[in-house]
Amino acid sequence: MEHLSQFVQLIFSGLTIGSIYALIAIGFVITYNITGVLNFAQGEFAMLGAMICISMVSLGLSKILAVWISVLFVFIIGALFERVTIYPARHSSVPTLIIITIGVSIALRGIALLIWGTEPRSLSPFTEGGALNILGAVIQPQSLWAIGVSFLSLLLMYLFFEKTFTGKAVTACVINGFASRLMGIQPEKMSLISISISAALGAVGGIIIAPISGASYNMGLMLGMKAFIAAVIGGLSNAPAAIAGAMIIGILESFTEGLWTSGYKDAISFAVLLLVLFFLPNGIFAKISGKRV
Amino acid sequence: MRGEVQKIYNRSVKGIIFFAIIVFLIPILIPSTYVTSTLIMIGLYTLICTGLTMLMGYAGQISLGHAAFYGIGAYASSFITVKLGYPGIVGILVGTLFAVLIAYIVGIPTLKLTGHYLALATLGFGVIVFILFKQLKSVTGGLEGVSGIPSLNLFGYEFDTDFKYYYLIWILALLGILLARNVIQSRVGRALRSIHGSEIASDAIGVDIRKYKLQVFIMSAMYASIAGSIYAHYISFINPMLFDPTTSINFLIMSVVGGSGTIWGGLVGSLLFVLLGEVLKEVMPLLFTQASDQVQIVFFGILLVILLIYMPQGLAPGFEKLWNGMIRRMRGRDNDSYKKTVTEGDQREKKEIPAQAAGGGQ
Repeated sequence: MEHLSQFVQLIFSGLTIGSIYALIAIGFVITYNITGVLNFAQGEFAMLGAMICISMVSLGLSKILAVWISVLFVFIIGALFERVTIYPARHSSVPTLIIITIGVSIALRGIALLIWGTEPRSLSPFTEGGALNILGAVIQPQSLWAIGVSFLSLLLMYLFFEKTFTGKAVTACVINGFASRLMGIQPEKMSLISISISAALGAVGGIIIAPISGASYNMGLMLGMKAFIAAVIGGLSNAPAAIAGAMIIGILESFTEGLWTSGYKDAISFAVLLLVLFFLPNGIFAKISGKRV
Repeated sequence: MRGEVQKIYNRSVKGIIFFAIIVFLIPILIPSTYVTSTLIMIGLYTLICTGLTMLMGYAGQISLGHAAFYGIGAYASSFITVKLGYPGIVGILVGTLFAVLIAYIVGIPTLKLTGHYLALATLGFGVIVFILFKQLKSVTGGLEGVSGIPSLNLFGYEFDTDFKYYYLIWILALLGILLARNVIQSRVGRALRSIHGSEIASDAIGVDIRKYKLQVFIMSAMYASIAGSIYAHYISFINPMLFDPTTSINFLIMSVVGGSGTIWGGLVGSLLFVLLGEVLKEVMPLLFTQASDQVQIVFFGILLVILLIYMPQGLAPGFEKLWNGMIRRMRGRDNDSYKKTVTEGDQREKKEIPAQAAGGGQ
């Protein structure tokens, strides 16, 4: 019985962190497929979301309002980021694009340091109340919030991409940018929309992790890298697979931490990344196709 | 056509000689420990970034994990000298050997990848090695690192001042540039450029792309490892944070900002990176009374973005144009003296690539 409760506990903490990685990873996938840019500043959007939300709450705003405002704020920052950097550099080479997004992430981290300092900040949980007991495992309500909010955001994304005209236009650009242009869709506009949405999703991820592990100016780097891994092992062109990849990474990490040591937690994730890149470069869920990188 | 090639060939030799003289004179003309220590760091970064420039600009391969090789050199040197008590030269050699071995093992599967995937794989490699530096406490001392690394003693000559390290590092950096130049202007260099142009086409005309990419990767790893070993002896204390993923990113930034299409890219990038850091450290407190460090980071990030949007080729090509223009003005119409440095075989080989040798790998 003790084993079972430990198992449930680890699964839950894995799913919690996995759902946050999923939100950021989806941002990667959308951005990558439309603009061809692997956005290294994606993790910074999560950090900005968390920090802005915490500031709003400490100013006395209600939590719900603070969440909406900070997500909107990061959405606008994402749009600005696209117009100012990605758009003018859209014809550059891969190393140049990578370094431009790294430059943006350095700048955003610096700005955050300037505004909020190095002290880690925390946000109180979304709801009061003690821990839940499920099959002998102790689950914080915030974990359920994290999983629930991620699930809801991802569902909204699904509806947006499948049911609205704009969403379909964005999807069309993902599938074939050239053909979409022929059909009268402007890929530049879609790039703006997709990066703003990615930024907003990242912000949601940052906000829900803030009550669990706190927030600080440099939280974006590791979050971003983990989401990368999730996106890549799922396959960079496939959003549902990226979510599955995020869950796998989350669970793998929580099990490494729970059963072995937290020191090697990150190494395991990156080792999985390397294995997937070497042996299944299209992601673990990809069908075997002729194209191999 | 032939004359063009010779001009380019000769100019880069002149550049290196001219540059070597400047390097030699600086510490004599400006005897300041601050200047010397700053220039030592620039020299170290130049060595690393020259290797990275070759890998990126000529073979077209990106690496976000070079701090790992830098660290391997540093830790090998510290382990051999502090824990085992052997002289520093053994540390440098073991580090280099180790870096070559790891680059070989890691390179075979990694270099099959391209673009973003390659960047991620090298980033992953860098992070794993960084975590190993932190966790393998018996070898690396964990987060506390290793202190008391003795100064380098090469064949009875003790490197005990900044002044001596300055010359050691810059001689190595110059040799590194010279070697890179020779590789680039040889058969191998042409093969590399063709790989950068199109891997599939190069493969089709019989270029062994795997072999060449692996060779350059190993070479750049050696550069980084040697720089790491010397850094460890120079600074006498190392810890894992010196070799974290951010360091790898910095190396990449220096190479790209400098311009990865020319052999001078690594030098220009390192120079700019370190000098800008120093200048900002001085200027920022005057403009912003509080939190000047932070402003420096923001400023650096923004500058990087602007630079790359407007100069995606990096800075070195611009400098090169300036230098070539200067030479041309000084020499006037005199073209005949260029010819003697190029051998017959080289002339035949280099006929078709003059534009690229001058303007970068794109």
